[in-house]
Amino acid sequence: MKLTYIAACLASFLAFGAHAQVSDNVVKIGVLNDLSGVYSDLSGQGSVIAARLAIEEFGGKVLGAPIELIFADHQNKPDVAANLARTWFDQEKVDMTTDFPTASTALAVMEIAKQKNRVTMPSSGLATAILGERCNALTAQWTTNTYALAAGTARALVKEGKKSFYFVTADYTFGHSLEKDATEVINHDGGKVLGVSRHPFPGGDFSSYLLKAQSSKADVIALANAGNDTINAIKQANEYGITRKQVVAPLLAYISDIHSIGLEKGQGMYLSEAFYWDFDDKSRAWSRKFFEKAKRMPTSAQAGVYSATLNYLKAIEAAKTDEAGAVMAQLRKMTINDAVIRNGKLRADGSLVHDMLLLEVKKPAESKEPWDYYKVKAVLKGEDVYPAPNPACPINKS
Amino acid sequence: MFDISMNALMAQLLVGLINGCFYALLSMGLAIIFGLLNIINFAHGAQFMVAAFLAWMGFAQLPLLLGPEFKINFWLALILAPLIVGGLGIVLEKTLLKRLYHLDHLYGLLLTFGIALMLEGAFRHFYGISGLNYDPPELLRGGIDLDFMFLPTYRAFVVVFSLIICAVTWYLFERTKLGALLRAGTENAKLLQAFGVNIPLMITLTYGFGVALAGVAGVMAAPIMQVNPLMGANLLNIVFAVVVIGGLGSILGAIFTGLALGLVEGLTKVFYPEAATVVVFVVMALVLLTRPAGMFGKEK
Repeated sequence: MKLTYIAACLASFLAFGAHAQVSDNVVKIGVLNDLSGVYSDLSGQGSVIAARLAIEEFGGKVLGAPIELIFADHQNKPDVAANLARTWFDQEKVDMTTDFPTASTALAVMEIAKQKNRVTMPSSGLATAILGERCNALTAQWTTNTYALAAGTARALVKEGKKSFYFVTADYTFGHSLEKDATEVINHDGGKVLGVSRHPFPGGDFSSYLLKAQSSKADVIALANAGNDTINAIKQANEYGITRKQVVAPLLAYISDIHSIGLEKGQGMYLSEAFYWDFDDKSRAWSRKFFEKAKRMPTSAQAGVYSATLNYLKAIEAAKTDEAGAVMAQLRKMTINDAVIRNGKLRADGSLVHDMLLLEVKKPAESKEPWDYYKVKAVLKGEDVYPAPNPACPINKS
Repeated sequence: MFDISMNALMAQLLVGLINGCFYALLSMGLAIIFGLLNIINFAHGAQFMVAAFLAWMGFAQLPLLLGPEFKINFWLALILAPLIVGGLGIVLEKTLLKRLYHLDHLYGLLLTFGIALMLEGAFRHFYGISGLNYDPPELLRGGIDLDFMFLPTYRAFVVVFSLIICAVTWYLFERTKLGALLRAGTENAKLLQAFGVNIPLMITLTYGFGVALAGVAGVMAAPIMQVNPLMGANLLNIVFAVVVIGGLGSILGAIFTGLALGLVEGLTKVFYPEAATVVVFVVMALVLLTRPAGMFGKEK
């Protein structure tokens, strides 16, 4: 194996001179996401723009080889994602795939990528299942995961004395994952869960679940759902006057969601994010570049695609090869610090542990410009919010 | 499972009734269209969505384009949007649907389904998927404390207004001379034409009216849901079940089943929320087994 690798390197060295280390003489990045469905606002074309910005930073070349970008719509279906990925690996010479706003698609592609020795960097597929028994050494869950999100928000609320929780959960993998992770954190910190209502995905009308949550008298109504479901639930909680006595806490809300809800109804809510455009000078500078192209500020999902692409390319440069194993080893050696991720360390099992932000939605009067939506309440240290390595993951066993 | 208090139960029934009103309004439009045109109007959900968008555009976009004095408020939108959507429906009927009447149901279904997909695709392209915010009018904000629940004024308005529209429509079709003509038209169009009734005009106006009803529902739904391209598609499945249970073409059936299923669904959400989307179809299966023509349908 090693010998053939050296031989291949030598052969390509002789053939191509300076860009000997890059297989096929091109580094190709594939953004696989939802371009038309429920998650197209939070990832979609914005993610493609974000990846392009990372490639531009490299001047379109790494180790002398051109960097190419390809993207497709996985329609949030694992089988569609798997088929696309197979074609990409076999015919299109794609080296790394990223994004995956539906975690089940990432899980499907991870496996194929591993067989073909390619890198997978799910940046918006957030289920902790990616770090579980199907984890592998060539996958890095880049932006964050459901545990870190839940831990940030739930812990902050318990600390403020809001100890009882009621869940309104989307009835599918992602919602269950969010609910389970948050429950673990709440129980650990001395809070308690009074009840759960699981709604069909996608929802639309949440009145019944919200009224049930209201009659539970829990301090916090935690929303374990995403996108339009979260938006509608928050809106309707306002309508029924629930927000006056109870705290409604979305466990996952992107800035595009808050944009839809509006500050009038969103004000005062706590949420956790891996990235907020208005955090510091670096994040602002990059976000403004993004804004020029996309006409909206980046979500953390889109920013995550930028960071994954950028660091993947940096690792190729440092490792002097695009061989998947070597690139991943290099990524694990680096400390990740860019416009998006702060103090990031990639663990052996593929979890990128980095600082998270606890945010509070501003009052309408406090917002000075469009997209000026959050106050940063706290920067949460990575080791405090990311879960311990999952023993089910084979990498953690050895 | 049954640890629910009387108060909470009342609250859930009320919520069920509110949803039921939407089902009733939408399925009534479908029933009317099916009754006279024999077309299963799959574009109904998209037409509902377009009306909601029109209301939003009149409020948020028109003032930016033409100046602040052109802001269309909710009440005006409640009249204008259904008229526009109904008008577009008439154009659709005149240009495309009328060519299909002599063909099987299936062709009308496919055509309207295609139109729905095109409308949804177009709005998704221009407005994205996250939905746009549309607030209820000033007059209807806030709510009434009913002791067992806090009833948003706007939702109360939706219930009352929908019931009035249902009652008026029912009266129009079942108790007036015009209604008698329309019903006769569904039985034997040729004979009626021989008496000098302008059947094609009647059909066109009926389609326009059915679509306008979807438009009214759309404008009323805008402040409750986010205005988004898929809002109609999400509702349509249930509404079709309502029409089938009520009996295809029966107005009374649509109204009663719409309200009843809203209640059934509301109760399911209390006792076993996971089944909330399925319960309507379970009821549909049970009804079709015992009464193949639906609750209020007549077997032909």
